[in-house]
Amino acid sequence: MNGIEHLPPWAAALTAILVLLGASVTLVGSLGLLRLGSFYERVHAPTLGTTLGTVFIASASMVCFSVLESRPVLHEILIMALGLVTTPIALTVLVGAARFRDTAERRAQVGEAEDG
Amino acid sequence: MTRLLPFPIVSFCLLALWLLLNQAVTVGHILLGCLLALAGGWLLTVLELPSTRLRRPGVMLRLLGLVAIDIVRSNLAVGRIVFGFGRQEWTSGFVNIPLDMRNPYGLGALACIITSTPGTLWVKFDAQKGSLMIHVLDLVDEGEWIRMIKGRYERHLLEIFE
Repeated sequence: MNGIEHLPPWAAALTAILVLLGASVTLVGSLGLLRLGSFYERVHAPTLGTTLGTVFIASASMVCFSVLESRPVLHEILIMALGLVTTPIALTVLVGAARFRDTAERRAQVGEAEDG
Repeated sequence: MTRLLPFPIVSFCLLALWLLLNQAVTVGHILLGCLLALAGGWLLTVLELPSTRLRRPGVMLRLLGLVAIDIVRSNLAVGRIVFGFGRQEWTSGFVNIPLDMRNPYGLGALACIITSTPGTLWVKFDAQKGSLMIHVLDLVDEGEWIRMIKGRYERHLLEIFE
C-alpha cells in the first residue's frame, strides 16, 4: 500500500471535504445534545452524527483508499448499513425508559395528591 | 422457502457481508461465504421467525431514495434548530399515528426510517390499537406529520411487505 503522499490532489481535496463535512455534521449533533432542552429533544441531536456524519466520513474513507489502492474499497458500506439498522434499537430503548420514568413519576404525583 | 435456504435474503446478505469484509471475490472466499450463509440461514430457523416475502424492488428503490432525501433534509432542519437560525421558538411533542401496517418486518423498517431521520423518533407502537407514537422535534401541524408518515413511508412499505 502506498503512503498518503501518493494521493492525487483531486482525491485528497475530495477526501478532506468529505471528512470535514462529516465532522461538522457530527459536531452540530453533539452541540445539539448540549443545547436542546428536554430529554426527548436532546435524543434527536446525535442522530445527525449517526446518519449524515457517518455517511460523509465513510465516503471519505472509500474515496481515499480506493484511489490509494487503485481498486474499489467498499466495506465502509457495511458501517453505514449496520449503523442505520442498529441505532433505532438503542434510541427506542432510551426513549422507552424515559417514557416509563415519566409515567411512573406522574402516577406517583397523582398518588401523593390523592393521599394528601 | 426451501429447507436448504430458509431465509434466502439473510443468506445472501451474509454472503455479501463475508465478501465485503474480506475484500476479495475469489473462489475460496465465495465457497466459505456460501457455507457461512447456509449455516446462518439454518441457525435462524431455531428462532422461528415469521417468514415474509419482499415484493416490488422498484418501490423499494423509490422508498430508499425518498428516505435518503428526507435524511439530508431533516439533518439540515435539525442543524438549523440547534444553531437557532430562523425561528427562535419551536415546539416539540408527541404525535399518535394510526397505522395499517401489521407485518413485523415492515414495522421494523418503519422504525429504522423514522429513527434515522433526525427530528423524528419512534416512541412506542401499540399493537392492539395499531397506533404508533412518535416524537417530533419541530412540531407545527400534527395532521401534516400523520399524512407524511402514512403517505410517504407506510404506503410504500405496505406495497413491499404485504
